Amino acid sequence: MALNIVVCIKPVPDPQYYDKVSIDPETKRIIREGIPTIINPVDKNGIEAALQLRKLYGGKVTVVTMAPPNAVENLREALAMGADEAILLSDREFGGADTLATSYTLAKGIEKLANFDIVFCGVESADGATAQVSSQLGEWLGIPHLWNVFEIEAEDERNLKVKTKVENGSMDWEIKLPCLLGVAREVNKPRFISAMGIIKAKKKPISIWGRDDLTLEDERIGLTGSPTKAGEIFEPDLKRKGEILKGSLEEVVDVLTSKVRAAGINITEGKGIGSEEVSEDE
Amino acid sequence: MNKIWVFAEQVECSLDRVVLELLTKAKELAREMAGETEIAAVLLGCNVESLVESLGKYGADKVYLAESEELKLYNPSIYAPIITELVKEEDPDIFLFGATAIGSELCPTIAAQLKTGVAAHCIDMNINKDGKLVATVPSFGGKIVGEILCPDTRPQMASVKPGIFIQGEEEEREPLVEKVEVNINTENLPLKAISLNKKEIKGVPLDKAEIVFCGGFGLGNKENWEKLERLAGLFGGAVACTRPVVDEGWAPGEHLMIGTSGKSVRPKVYIGFGISGATHHVCGIKDSGLIISVNNDEKAAIFEISDIGIVEDLNKVLDQLLLKFS
Ligand SMILES: Cc1cc2nc3c(=O)[nH]c(=O)nc-3n(C[C@H](O)[C@H](O)[C@H](O)COP(=O)(O)OP(=O)(O)OC[C@H]3O[C@@H](n4cnc5c(N)ncnc54)[C@H](O)[C@@H]3O)c2cc1C
Ligand SMILES: Nc1ncnc2c1ncn2[C@@H]1O[C@H](COP(=O)(O)O)[C@@H](O)[C@H]1O
Repeated sequence: MALNIVVCIKPVPDPQYYDKVSIDPETKRIIREGIPTIINPVDKNGIEAALQLRKLYGGKVTVVTMAPPNAVENLREALAMGADEAILLSDREFGGADTLATSYTLAKGIEKLANFDIVFCGVESADGATAQVSSQLGEWLGIPHLWNVFEIEAEDERNLKVKTKVENGSMDWEIKLPCLLGVAREVNKPRFISAMGIIKAKKKPISIWGRDDLTLEDERIGLTGSPTKAGEIFEPDLKRKGEILKGSLEEVVDVLTSKVRAAGINITEGKGIGSEEVSEDE
Repeated sequence: MNKIWVFAEQVECSLDRVVLELLTKAKELAREMAGETEIAAVLLGCNVESLVESLGKYGADKVYLAESEELKLYNPSIYAPIITELVKEEDPDIFLFGATAIGSELCPTIAAQLKTGVAAHCIDMNINKDGKLVATVPSFGGKIVGEILCPDTRPQMASVKPGIFIQGEEEEREPLVEKVEVNINTENLPLKAISLNKKEIKGVPLDKAEIVFCGGFGLGNKENWEKLERLAGLFGGAVACTRPVVDEGWAPGEHLMIGTSGKSVRPKVYIGFGISGATHHVCGIKDSGLIISVNNDEKAAIFEISDIGIVEDLNKVLDQLLLKFS
């Protein structure tokens, strides 16, 4: 039996440039000019996981995004990686959505695709990084879901064995399809795009669906459908005095040591003390 | 009466530290709210009643206790509906979760079931003059922070990473225990938790260390990471790292990573070796007492957010420190 696989990808400003993001003092809006928009890095792990499942059982991989119209470029890249079809959910009315409204809209888009067996998300987006859309989409779709997945093993095309990361360890799960998995970076290594992939991608279909193409409740989308509202934004000032130590290596390390001592760390030269002694000193 | 709830996350009958941090914060929020406020902890598990005492000591007036064999291992398909039902019955104003692996899944899941809002990964929380929760959350790797409100739906939910708030003092308080009935048919659930596999963590735990030796990509190899471990041993401190060091396999695992996707620390002293100062990392160390950085690039951004900088090859500094203290 062939699988219908869906991957949710989000276009985000390239995280390598986040040091350059700032707030316009006048308009109070975030300035991100000149920062390229890329596929959210971990969402490529989602695409890779989908392609690997398709290889095992056959079927179709559809990438879905809710984004402004220029996200077509990011979808094209996903198609070049090997996805078969792309859906862009785009409408002014979708704007200003928080995670609940975003996941609702994504769910309505996915439900319109006749049927689906498995949905992949990334664990979190680089810009907003709420790490919530994955689990919330699972809820809207009414299917079992897991987040922080770093290993997927298919028992057969209806049953998966999955591992998730938890604090200081991991958990093992069995999950039946249809289901949703939010994957972590460790799950696989996304493939590179080949020249052939780029050529093939040009012919693959990208559908653009707006509000009127979906069956949805207006009060659940966009700003209206978002229970959270944004207040003020700030750029935290983390600057410290940044005193640069000058002198020979020995001198510099001596000053460093005395500063560490002055900050309340108890150390003895030439006879390092262990952690037990430190805790006794407290 | 106002109600603030905290999810009392436990694994193998041990509370996550973030629970006590959240209870402490809940007490602060209660003081900012007009009128009487009850703080309650929501505890699910199997044979976990012994945890009620510490929940009380750190601020819980009440503990909702759901116990059953089915709750022994965490499972969102079982935990979420129980908690969602409880919220619907009791109608709390605020509900706080740790942004741990478990909390980061459970919190948005419950929020979706209740169709309410969550402020994710808060770094601050206040009550405004209208009595509403104002949460501050980071975006763009911490470069920008913004306020999030949830004005109309209840509860106002929020998640907070461990180490963001400080655990307060214990007080004598005997919380009221309210048993929650568990009648979920787990027989045919499509999602089954099979096992929990804990990793042994050696050395001083990162969140307890007074001095942290943090290695960046500039370390260049695993030998330098081992030197860092030796230094930490000599100083009674802990080792930590940035993301590339995990990716390269020099550090033993992600539990030592500091930053937006890792831990937040506040040691008395943080010393970083070969770290450039990306916002993703820096926002996890900003509350440290003294920040010292070693980097051979005098233009490295890390120097701006450091108290003390050393422009030098880290190989030399590591060897000199080891020479001096071994
Ligand atoms: C969504 C997302 C989440 C992320 N989350 C995290 C996170 O939680 N934590 C985290 O750390 N990162 C995170 N990152 C990665 C982060 O953006 C940076 O890439 C990372 O922090 C850089 O690590 P670094 O400073 O060790 O390495 P680099 O940026 O490569 O810096 C290495 C530094 O070492 C110096 N150096 C080189 N050789 C020497 C030498 N011999 N002596 C002295 N100095 C030397 C160089 O001058 C340079 O400044 C995240 C990224 C994304 C996209
Ligand atoms: N607008 C969107 N369109 C498609 N997928 C999204 C969108 N927003 C979030 N996602 C998915 O949800 C994951 C978690 O995102 P977030 O909750 O924003 O941190 C991402 O890795 C994506 O897989």
